[in-house]
Amino acid sequence: MNLMEYQGKELFRRSGIPVPRSQHCNTPDEVAAFIEKNPGKWVIKAQVLMGGRGKAGKIKFASTSEEGRKAAVEIMATPMPPNRQNPDGEPIHSVLVEETLDVALESYCAISVDRTTKKPAIIVTRFGGMDVEEVHEKHPESFHTFFVDTAIGYSPFIGRELAFKADLDAGFRKQFPAIVAGMYNLFFTYGATLVEINPLILTKDGRVIAADAKVSLDDDAVFRHPEFKEWQKTLPLDADETLAAQAGLGIRNFRTFPGTVGTMANGAGLAMATMDAVKNAGGEIANFLDVGGGANAQRVRNCYELVVNHTGAKVFFINIFGGITRGDEVAKGIVEALNTTKARKIPLVIRLTGTNEAEGRRILKDAGMTPVETMDEGAARAVELAR
Amino acid sequence: MSIYLDKNSKVFVQGITGAEGSYHTGRMLAYGTNVVGGVTPGKGGQKTEHGLPVFNTVEECVAATGATHQCIFVPPAGAADALFEAYEAGIRFSVCITEGVPVHDMLRVVGTTPGMRIIGPNCPGLISPGKSSVGIMPGHIFKEGNVGLISRSGTLTYEVVDGLTRAGLGQSTCVGIGGDPIIGTTFVDCLREFKNDSQTQAIVICGEIGGSDEEDAAAFVKEHLAGMPIVAFIGGRNAPPGKSLGHAGAIISGAFGTPQSKIAAFVAAGVPVADRPSQIPAMLAERMAAVV
Repeated sequence: MNLMEYQGKELFRRSGIPVPRSQHCNTPDEVAAFIEKNPGKWVIKAQVLMGGRGKAGKIKFASTSEEGRKAAVEIMATPMPPNRQNPDGEPIHSVLVEETLDVALESYCAISVDRTTKKPAIIVTRFGGMDVEEVHEKHPESFHTFFVDTAIGYSPFIGRELAFKADLDAGFRKQFPAIVAGMYNLFFTYGATLVEINPLILTKDGRVIAADAKVSLDDDAVFRHPEFKEWQKTLPLDADETLAAQAGLGIRNFRTFPGTVGTMANGAGLAMATMDAVKNAGGEIANFLDVGGGANAQRVRNCYELVVNHTGAKVFFINIFGGITRGDEVAKGIVEALNTTKARKIPLVIRLTGTNEAEGRRILKDAGMTPVETMDEGAARAVELAR
Repeated sequence: MSIYLDKNSKVFVQGITGAEGSYHTGRMLAYGTNVVGGVTPGKGGQKTEHGLPVFNTVEECVAATGATHQCIFVPPAGAADALFEAYEAGIRFSVCITEGVPVHDMLRVVGTTPGMRIIGPNCPGLISPGKSSVGIMPGHIFKEGNVGLISRSGTLTYEVVDGLTRAGLGQSTCVGIGGDPIIGTTFVDCLREFKNDSQTQAIVICGEIGGSDEEDAAAFVKEHLAGMPIVAFIGGRNAPPGKSLGHAGAIISGAFGTPQSKIAAFVAAGVPVADRPSQIPAMLAERMAAVV
């Protein structure tokens, strides 16, 4: 679960990380009213998950309530344009009105989960305020990482050591260990998989402040923090994720592609291998779909309708490795699903294994479907039928 | 010999009276696994439907049965607790089937249980065919033999094993290591065991996009397993790219977990990468024949 900037900063505030004074606003009127009451120089920032807001003109400045209103109207009038990170773009539903800072220097600090060492990794570079990937290309030597022993946890020496190694300006040094302590506290308390400050700012009057906030929370840990359920509801799902949720699947279990061969398999690994098999057979895939365990009639029907109604599939290739499930029961489920759906009919190619698989294939054949024995055979048949 | 698990391994099931735990205990017993009991707090003193003793705590279970291998079927919120309980009771081998364990729970577990071998979480378990199976793998598709197999996925593993068995290539041990960001046992951990296992004469590595475990495995093979017939497969060459927030993870690993980087690493280590699972048996057989 990726948080918006204003949500991340709320967690920063709770964790003792200094952030600029700000107000989250859902409408241009709210922006104008806030600036009316709080005169000064303000920056209006679109609240989206995508990066590249500055380049897209979605960050504007305002000194009066009217300027604030106008800026918010302009920002919210059009969605974020597509970029490499998000080819769909993203609608803008709210803005953050924030105090402007007199910036002296910008640096970067993040904590994430490192799979290789199986430890939290704290990463620092003195180059902040740019796309971090770009910094890594230009100044790879500027990155310094500390892998935290979870049995010990965070201790201030880690922040001190990183500040020296990364050659952060002396102005950062005194406050830096406490800021990293706050980040680590947030990371563990809320089950974050990423806490990123880019840029971490040193102001001309010597304050160190998190000017932006990127926080990802572990979806598997949200149950420990019921307060995030409200946020979860407000966060945007893309088109595929919305459809997956409606079909009762996990939001990552379904993705559409421009091709004509619809696919479904049980298990993410097999679903990926099924897509690869279609590609290998010379076809173009219409989607990725992991139906998970228990391919019963209801689930198969939902998945069938999902693929037929929302992708360009001309054929549907179902690949179920039964394992301990009974092939005849899965076959009956598929037939029942297809007999009860109101969606338009497209040809089905079904690869089915498991106990009683021969019986399962007979049931499918009797129902007018195309049962096959292997994944390669199924992919080849599906590609042929899609032409 | 096989790795991690043989017919003498004494297995206990945590969450043995739950629907999943009970069902798979029955399947493990049917396969021949030496399941000696289980733990469900509050149901100590009862017997399961299979006639096995139930204990309130791991400590009691271990004292009464001499169990050495834990198999976990508890809900995600209790998985780390189950692992810690087993560790404190002296257990040093655990298989965690549970899906959805919080990443931070696993960070704490792996960082504070030195010497404990944990398979998973979010994995199908492991099997030494003809000897013992711990987890949820469908035993009938396996055959005893000398191919070691390591995989990050469940059903894809079955697909590959099915192909090996049909081609007459039996297996020494198959380990489903799980696909979560933080897992107890990696490809390299298993490769190290296979290297010292007299039964294992060839290895199949089933990887996936993401992370850098495959690259690490390739580096290990290059250095320590040069003569061993090995074939790899990388699932998800056409997988949906995830929308990432920030790139801190990618920067640490120094690679982006792309299929290209994984394939290049294996090829550089002399390990051929199959384009499709069905090619694995023939590719492996060819390399095994070349050794003999």
